[in-house]
Amino acid sequence: MLPAWITIRPSSAVLRLVLRGRLLICALAAFSTASHQAAAQAVAPRFVVVLDAAHGGDDPGGRLANGQPEKAFTLALSVRLRSLLTARGIPVVATRESDGGVDLDRRAEIANRANAQACLSLHASESGSGVHLFVSSLAPVSHTSDKEPSLGAPVQSERFIAWRTAQAAAVNRSLALAGVLNSALLHAGMTVTLGRTSLLAVDSMTCPALAVEVAPERSPGHKATAELDNPGYQARVAEALAAALLEWRAEARLP
Amino acid sequence: MIPRYKKIIFAFLLVTSMAMSAVLWQLRERAHKRLIAGQDTSPTQAPAVAPAEQATLLVANDDYNSMLPQVHSLPLPKDPGARARAILGKLLDLYASPDANHPVPGGGTSIAQVFLLPAAASASAPESPRAQPSATAVPDPRQTGPQLAVINLTGGFVASHPSGLETETLTVLSICGTLHANLPRVTQVRFLVDGQPHATLAGHADLTRTYLTAEAGPTEPTHP
Repeated sequence: MLPAWITIRPSSAVLRLVLRGRLLICALAAFSTASHQAAAQAVAPRFVVVLDAAHGGDDPGGRLANGQPEKAFTLALSVRLRSLLTARGIPVVATRESDGGVDLDRRAEIANRANAQACLSLHASESGSGVHLFVSSLAPVSHTSDKEPSLGAPVQSERFIAWRTAQAAAVNRSLALAGVLNSALLHAGMTVTLGRTSLLAVDSMTCPALAVEVAPERSPGHKATAELDNPGYQARVAEALAAALLEWRAEARLP
Repeated sequence: MIPRYKKIIFAFLLVTSMAMSAVLWQLRERAHKRLIAGQDTSPTQAPAVAPAEQATLLVANDDYNSMLPQVHSLPLPKDPGARARAILGKLLDLYASPDANHPVPGGGTSIAQVFLLPAAASASAPESPRAQPSATAVPDPRQTGPQLAVINLTGGFVASHPSGLETETLTVLSICGTLHANLPRVTQVRFLVDGQPHATLAGHADLTRTYLTAEAGPTEPTHP
């Protein structure tokens, strides 16, 4: 039996404090639910483009006719294309914005984290003519869902996807993206060649992805009519690519 | 007074030493040029005593990003590995010629060796397009199934190959397609450079994967 002087008697002040604490907890819980809903709205699919300026840092890539390294050309094209897309309201994620080296796996990681609807790996070469569009040579694998995903949607599969062959699930949409770019470039009066290749960074991307290689424009007699260092030619290529991505956004029906 | 015979001997020795110097200088120049060009003096041409046979080469064209078959007649040895090397040597000789539409320096000496091994069955399954070949595979001469060709390229060829997605892809695919056209059992191809795995051909085309020859058929020009 406890003595009477240590008996706990809740006063009305203590009860009021407990009540206020409970009210505070309820308010915090409600705020948390609302913020979760807001976050869910924030990650709703948006049309995002990833631009991967190939090479950089210690890897200069090929050497162009004017002595410029390929890494400088791809970065300049990426910056030009980014400004065109941003001006048209398309968010862009660039794998590099300076002459820093970025690992091939890191490039794919950036693209996959961005949840992008189009990924372009930009290259340049002195061989061939016009613009070369390359899709991964991986064989397409069937999607887990019965419903075919929309054109621009990144891969949302519940199956395990191997890193080195992640693009296999998106190859069909990459081919569709290549078709859109091909039409836009031809419409701009450029020579386009289509092909399949095995490129480490592109093969690990889960978004519709293409390697875009820009070469000088040549006449049938193999004489260069527009060199890579021609600013007008660079602008034409960038404008055509931007127009193609606008069309791709319209087909994907994403804001 | 110097005797006459001594004068004659001196003149003879002088002329002889000058001639020897000239010969030595020429030999030195020749050795230097061979070193610079990275010439391989090992026999790279198929023996001329072998009967000439027809070989189908899948010849690449950079202008159209295409590969078209061409039939050439050349002496081919009986051994499949040496045969594959001779055929690929001819293909690379075409690319090294001045009027090539897919210019690649190096020529036939760029193929150091071609090894033919039994192919891993899993690599041709559709679910594993990049499956690795069995590391423990041992060649069996009685085997009649699909084969894996391991092509050992020289470092000089890789170092001098033009850089670019299109040109590198065409080189790799035309090698794979040419092998399959002449040795139909070859269904997979892997590449080494100086006997070691190498990441890319010249900065772009992946040389770490196993190529399926089914991917490397003739392709029509993609633009007029």
